[in-house]
Amino acid sequence: MNGEASSPVNGIRQEAFKAFEGMEFPTIKHEEWKFTNVQKLVKNHYSFSQETKLSADEVSNAFIEGIEGDRIVFINGIFSEEHSSISASGLTVKSLAQAFKENKDVVEAHFGQESNLEESTFAKANTALSKDGIFIHVPKGKAIEKPISLYFLSDAKNEAIATTPRNLIVAEENSQVTVIEVFKTIGENQSLANNVTEISVANHAIVDYYKVQNEASQASIIDCTKVIQGKESHFTGTTISLKGDIIRNNLDITLDGEHLDSYMHGLYLLDGTTHVDNHTAVDHKYPNCHSNELYKGIVDDKSRGVFNGKIFVRQDAQKTNAFQNNRNIVLSDDAKVNTKPQLEIWADDVSCSHGCTIGQMDEEALFYLQARGISKTRSKAMLMNAFAGEVVEKIKVEGLRTYIETLIEERLHA
Amino acid sequence: MKEAEEKELLEEVTGSEYKYGFTSDIEEDRAPNGLNEDIIRFISAKKEEPEWLLEWRLKAYRHWLTLEEPEWANVTYPKVDFQALCYYAAPKKQKEVKSLDEIDPELLKTFEKLGIPLNEQKRLSGVPVAVDAVIDSVSVATTFKETLAEKGIIFCSMSEAIKDHPELVRQYLGKVVPVADNYYAALNSAVFSDGSFCYIPKGVRCPMELSTYFRINAANTGQFERTLIVADESSYVSYLEGCTAPQRDENQLHAAVVEILAMENAEVKYSTVQNWYPGDSEGKGGIYNFVTKRGICAGDNSKISWTQVETGSAVTWKYPSCILKGDNSVGEFYSVAVTNNHQQADTGTKMIHIGKNTKSRIVSKGISAGVSQNSYRGEVKVMKGATNAKNFSQCDSLLMGDKCGAHTFPYINVENSTGQVEHEATTSKIGEDQLFYCNQRGIDTERAVELIVNGFSKEVLNQLPMEFAVEAQKLLAISLEGSVG
Amino acid sequence: MLSIKNLQAQIEDKQILKGLNLEVKPGEIHAIMGPNGAGKSTLASVLSGREEYEVTGGSVEFDGKDILELDPHERAGEGLFLAFQYPVEIPGVSTTNFMKAAVNEVRKYRGQEELTAVDFLKMMKEKMKTVDMPQDLINRSLNEGFSGGEKKRNEIFQMAMLEPKLCVLDETDSGLDIDALRIVANGVNQYKSKDNAFIVITHYQRLLDYIVPDFVHVLHDGKIVKSGTKELALELEEKGYDWIKEEVAQ
Repeated sequence: MNGEASSPVNGIRQEAFKAFEGMEFPTIKHEEWKFTNVQKLVKNHYSFSQETKLSADEVSNAFIEGIEGDRIVFINGIFSEEHSSISASGLTVKSLAQAFKENKDVVEAHFGQESNLEESTFAKANTALSKDGIFIHVPKGKAIEKPISLYFLSDAKNEAIATTPRNLIVAEENSQVTVIEVFKTIGENQSLANNVTEISVANHAIVDYYKVQNEASQASIIDCTKVIQGKESHFTGTTISLKGDIIRNNLDITLDGEHLDSYMHGLYLLDGTTHVDNHTAVDHKYPNCHSNELYKGIVDDKSRGVFNGKIFVRQDAQKTNAFQNNRNIVLSDDAKVNTKPQLEIWADDVSCSHGCTIGQMDEEALFYLQARGISKTRSKAMLMNAFAGEVVEKIKVEGLRTYIETLIEERLHA
Repeated sequence: MKEAEEKELLEEVTGSEYKYGFTSDIEEDRAPNGLNEDIIRFISAKKEEPEWLLEWRLKAYRHWLTLEEPEWANVTYPKVDFQALCYYAAPKKQKEVKSLDEIDPELLKTFEKLGIPLNEQKRLSGVPVAVDAVIDSVSVATTFKETLAEKGIIFCSMSEAIKDHPELVRQYLGKVVPVADNYYAALNSAVFSDGSFCYIPKGVRCPMELSTYFRINAANTGQFERTLIVADESSYVSYLEGCTAPQRDENQLHAAVVEILAMENAEVKYSTVQNWYPGDSEGKGGIYNFVTKRGICAGDNSKISWTQVETGSAVTWKYPSCILKGDNSVGEFYSVAVTNNHQQADTGTKMIHIGKNTKSRIVSKGISAGVSQNSYRGEVKVMKGATNAKNFSQCDSLLMGDKCGAHTFPYINVENSTGQVEHEATTSKIGEDQLFYCNQRGIDTERAVELIVNGFSKEVLNQLPMEFAVEAQKLLAISLEGSVG
Repeated sequence: MLSIKNLQAQIEDKQILKGLNLEVKPGEIHAIMGPNGAGKSTLASVLSGREEYEVTGGSVEFDGKDILELDPHERAGEGLFLAFQYPVEIPGVSTTNFMKAAVNEVRKYRGQEELTAVDFLKMMKEKMKTVDMPQDLINRSLNEGFSGGEKKRNEIFQMAMLEPKLCVLDETDSGLDIDALRIVANGVNQYKSKDNAFIVITHYQRLLDYIVPDFVHVLHDGKIVKSGTKELALELEEKGYDWIKEEVAQ
């Protein structure tokens, strides 16, 4: 997709399908994909970005209640004006395909960031195949107080669906915006969302980005989110993963200025055979920046959680503060966790820490609660809630926090 | 300005110089320099030791001869000439000392300068501390012996223990640190002259802190003391150790061995404030502190906790360790190591998890200033049978200035999948920015450095018994005076 | 209260302040705005006594005293407070401990008795409320791992604790989201009285919606080139600084 080649959707669908089938996707022999086997996903036959209609009910069922602000809806990767509401003043929200024509300067200035990580075949496939996505532009000095919710719906009622959304979010100097991203599959067939989002956070700007991944159990997401931050800016990325088939999140943040703050929060609460793999990378290029990463996971049944966190501190990035923490609780013998923190530091005046744990439920604490008359199930739920709470309480959007709390509560009592 | 005034002022300004650098004029009894089997026989004879101990020493010596001096530590120093050292120097033997009045007044003065509360009377108002003082490897006075004896606690010099409780000594000596353990441990086993011995019987909670003060006084001597602590089932003891030495131009060797055994349900807390002479600001002189300290949690539910505040010595090489053999046993290591000027420290710990549900905790704080080098070296090993073992390690380094170095060498070996090992590390610098920030809040620079350093070390200092903590805080501030700004 | 006359200062032989004049009376709030590199932060640094800056001319009187002669901690004792643009982190020293040391040193300087632990805690509880300062933040190492907003809140909390006469807020709005900005401004407005004064240094106008200035000054090339009221700030936000530069050039 680029400015000129936004050809009719149907025309290139067949082509895209062939191209996708011909690509070589990583196997588990690849270091970055060691614990996540995507072969079964890519061997599947998908229909690519099939245009379809969903009823108002089907769409609104996917909405998270209690969250104010605008809702933007994509169906099978195509922007649905009908189901979207864009009311916030002073900012531009439109389909990226449209923006390529109408906001050429902004899009060209921010589209196609360099990556700190090896570009995966999935990201390449997205670049080659993507036809649409969201474009959000927040002008200088503008603070958008209500969040913008993005719903990427896949209609898999009749056939397996693959989508390749490509999104661009630009927050200009001293602006503020909050975005919530939700993927949801409707229907029984398989779905694969191969999503790429680029976020540009200019000097002094503040961006909060939330991902809510509570998919159908046959739905997979391969996500790549690239963020570039200017000086004294603030970015918080929060990834909540609850259900799906295979979910792989690549979060890649470049700290391109001094005195900025960058937060990465993650929670994966998995059961069944859900497989969630979070790969994060934060690149400290300038002095006096602060990054803080906290990912927590609880895995049950035959699920698997994978965490790989990279921190690069370049030679010029003196007085860097970089923290990373990954904590896991394994609830069953068949559940697995693989965690790998990676710190690469070239500067000498830095404060860095990393920690990771893989543990079982604290039996002593569990017994203590039971000794106070609380049932075992209830005690377990309380401890799990407390464990997850450390991430959940960092969610600033109240409606979203309540929603996540409810989901956790349901899960723990199931 | 008058010369005298100027001198006084200068002394005041440079008051951070080593405070304990006096020598005492005490009559000495010493062996000729050099090391051979005859010297060992001489030491053993001097101490009227039984035959088995002489044999033990000779075995250690013969083994030592086959060993190479280790070089893996991150320290560099001119090699020690073991033949130039004196292996036995003792204050001239008096008759049995029954009360403090009979002790050499010069010696008492020495202790007074050190601030050692040998005089029990003075201590009656405060918290009682039983003290064993060791000068140049020989224990010279042990206080509160009788009070302790009432509870069945044995606290005396190693020499006395060898005479009065040979069966206990023979049973436990070298059980935790075998004679062949390492180069310096073997040397110590061959030539150790004295040290402290402590036995806490079953079910007894030692009612007071036990304390040993070590001082090297004589020139050209090595100090090789040997400490053995045995805590029998369900007992508890807290043990303190303090060290000083006079200022001398040449380097002196200190190669001690400390062994701790904790039986079922027993707990031993071992605290050290080490302030051996670190050498002058040019790096001349100072103590080589090559020490082997190890404890074994032999019984279930036992606990050994090491706390150390290391401010002295030219070169330190020391890894107080815990072997967690009993199920549910706990090992702890809390350390603050300060290096300034030309000091070098390579210190840390080993936690060997053997029993089930064993837990260990490592908190290491390194502060480097001047052109010093400060290394943390720690090993956490979880053996195959150690199900549900847990370890938490935290290693923080604080740098002052940009000519010093801090290094961290964690070794983690986990052979059991239920093990949970956590490691956290941070490095930070005291910089102009931090000091200016404090200044802007009305705090002057000297107070600011004290605040920052004590804050950084707090977690470890909190582990020390109250009175030691205050002393240690002062020591930290003194050791670092003048290193910023 | 504060009288700055023809102040000139340099860093590493580079002249930054080139004859700055400013009069601040009790009860007043002065906003200083200006493009990057105009000398805004230099002014804050020189007032608080940062060593790297050399005063090459002019005078600064604070309550009739020449404060340029004083050490930074003495200036703090006199009642000058700087809310840092980039508050530093001090590992191992909790905000509580830090503030206890600072409050008592400042009290000593002012000839007041040191506070008892109980009185100190009471005072702290009270001041924490003014900026919604949570207890766990106070117990943590000073600014360590704090978000930008938390650091700035901590600055205002410390201001309230030290009871200064003159507060210099150096880009206190940077890194603050809209909610945090309101909290910080609220703290400032609560502390503001007829006896104290504020110099608010900022690059953006948004902060001045919440902390309403009596005067707005434009700093350009080391001098104050234009002064006005709140409306001037709005004009600057809208039109940028180029028109000022042109005006000055004429």
